[in-house]
Amino acid sequence: MAPVVELRDLSKSYGAITVADGLSFELGSGEALGVIGPNGAGKTSMFNLITGSIQPDRGSVLFNGKDITRLSAAKRCRLGVARSFQVPQPFTGMTVFENVLVAATHGAGMPSAQANQYCLDMLELTGLIGKANDTAGKLTLLGRKRLELARALCAKPQILLLDEIAGGLTEKECHELVETINTIRTTGISIIWIEHIVHALLSVVDRLIVIDFGRKIADGNPKKTMASKAVQEIYMGVDADA
Amino acid sequence: MSSSRYTISRSSPASRIAATIGVILLIALVAAPWWAGRADMRLLSEIFLYLSLACLWNLLAGYAGLVSVGQQAFVGFGGYMLFALAMFAGISPLAAIPLAGLLGALIAVPVAFLIFRLRGAYFAIGTWVIAEVFRLSFAQVSSLGGGSGTSIPVGIVRSMASSRSMREATTYWLALGMAVLVLVVIYLLLRSRNGLALTAIRDSELASSSYGIDIWRHKFVVYVVTAGLTASTGALIFLQKLRISPDAAFNVNDWTAFVIFIVVIGGIGTLEGPIIGVIVFFLLRETLADLGTTYLLILGLVAIVVMLKAPKGIWGLIKARYGIELFPLSRRVVDQKSEN
Repeated sequence: MAPVVELRDLSKSYGAITVADGLSFELGSGEALGVIGPNGAGKTSMFNLITGSIQPDRGSVLFNGKDITRLSAAKRCRLGVARSFQVPQPFTGMTVFENVLVAATHGAGMPSAQANQYCLDMLELTGLIGKANDTAGKLTLLGRKRLELARALCAKPQILLLDEIAGGLTEKECHELVETINTIRTTGISIIWIEHIVHALLSVVDRLIVIDFGRKIADGNPKKTMASKAVQEIYMGVDADA
Repeated sequence: MSSSRYTISRSSPASRIAATIGVILLIALVAAPWWAGRADMRLLSEIFLYLSLACLWNLLAGYAGLVSVGQQAFVGFGGYMLFALAMFAGISPLAAIPLAGLLGALIAVPVAFLIFRLRGAYFAIGTWVIAEVFRLSFAQVSSLGGGSGTSIPVGIVRSMASSRSMREATTYWLALGMAVLVLVVIYLLLRSRNGLALTAIRDSELASSSYGIDIWRHKFVVYVVTAGLTASTGALIFLQKLRISPDAAFNVNDWTAFVIFIVVIGGIGTLEGPIIGVIVFFLLRETLADLGTTYLLILGLVAIVVMLKAPKGIWGLIKARYGIELFPLSRRVVDQKSEN
C-alpha cells in the first residue's frame, strides 16, 4: 500500500535563505510522526509545502501515491490534508461553531445536516462545545489553539498536520491535549506534529524526525533519535527527558 | 456522542421582530404613491437606489475583500445600455433594465480577468482606471451624444405609462423593487454555503484557502453578480434622470465616494451596515445640503470620527455591545438540556 504522504526531494529557497533542502520522507497510514528542530529550521515551511500554501522550487509531494505538487491548498484540503496554524488563524468575526462549519462544509464537503452534527461532535471532543456561540476573535490563547485542532478535525482529514498546538499551554492543559490527540489517533488518522514540548510529543508519536536548515538530519524511533548525537548537538544543554 | 442534545437555530427574537417591522415598512413603502408627495417619492427612490449601490459595494469590499473605487463603471454602463437599448433597439425601458444588468455582468467577465491580476491598492486603482476607460469610450459614441450626452426621446418616456403620475409611481416601484431584490439576493447568498465561504474569506484568506475554499472563484462570482446588479441600478438611476452624459454616468463622487461613505459609516462587512449608513447619509444631506461646501466638510469629519472611534461603523458598535442581528445569518448552537 502506498504511504499516505510522501515527500520527494523537496526544496524551497527565498533568495539566500533555504527553508527546505532535499526533504524526503514517507508517512504510513495511521502513523504519528513528530517533528523537532530549532526555530527557523523550516518546520512550518515543510507544512506549507505539504498543504500547498507555498510551491516548492524542486521535488514533489505525493498523497496516497498521487502527485499533488501542483494542486491548490483548497483542493488538497478537499482530498484530506488539514492543518492547524502555529499562529492561530481563526475566522475572527464568526462564532466558534461557524469556524468549524467552514471546514466541514468546504474542507470535507459534507451536506448541511451531516456537517452540523459532525461539528458538534468535534466541539465536544475538543472541549469547545460550551463556547460554540462565542465570537472566535474573543477566545483566549487556549481557546484559539483548541479551535485550530477542532477546525482541522472538521475537515475530516486523512492526514492531520499540527503546528505547535501545545505551545503556551499549562501542564494540565497540555496533558488534556495529549489525551485528545491520542483519542483522535484511534480513528486511524495519520498525524504529523511539530512541537517544542518534547515530552508531550513523545507520549504520542511512533517516529521522530529532526530538521535543521531545511534538511532532515535524523529519522527513526523517538527515544533513540532524541539520544542521537545530531540531536544532542542541536539541543545542547537541553535535557530530552525534561 | 451525546450531541443530539444540541440543535442549530438560525433565527433570534431580534431577527423575528425585525422581519415583522420590515414587512410592515415594505407594505407602507409600496403604498407610497397614495400617501406621499411627488418630491418625497423622488427622494425615497434615490434612497432606495443608493441603498442598492451601498449593499452591493459592501458585498464586494466588505465580504469578498475587493475594494473597488470604480463601481461607477457599471452604474454608467447600465445607464448607457438603457438609453442604447431603448433608442436604437426599440426595447421598452422596463425590459431594458434587466437586460442592462445582464450586459453589465457580461462585460464584468473580461474586466475581472484583467483586474484580478492586481492586489490591494493596485486593484483599487485598476478599477478606477477601468471606469475612466468606460467614460472616455462612451464619450466617443456620437449617436449617444458624445461628450455632452443625450436625453431619452419623449415618445419612449410616454410609452412607459399612461400618465405622468403613473410613470412616477412606476419608477418609484422599480427603485423600491431594486433595493428589495438586492437585499434578498445578498441575504440568500450570505445564508448559503457560499455565504459561509465568503464570510470566511472576509476574516482570513490564508485559513479559507487551507480549508477547501476556492477564493478566486468566489471573488469572481461576487464581482460579476455585483456588476450586473450595479448596472441594473444604474439603468434605473438614469431612467429617473431621463438624461445621461459621460461625466454624470461615470462620476466617482456620486456613485463610489458617497457609497463608500455610507458603507463605512454604517458598518462594513455586515448586512445591516449599509441600511444604517444610507439613513445617516440622507439625514445629513437633507438637513445640511444648503450649507454648500461646508456640508461636504461635515461629511468628511463624520467619516473620520467614525473611522477612528468605531472602525466597524455604527452597526458594528451596536452589534458588539448588544450582540443582536436583524438578518438571521448566524447559526446558534442551542443546548436542549439547559433550555428545558
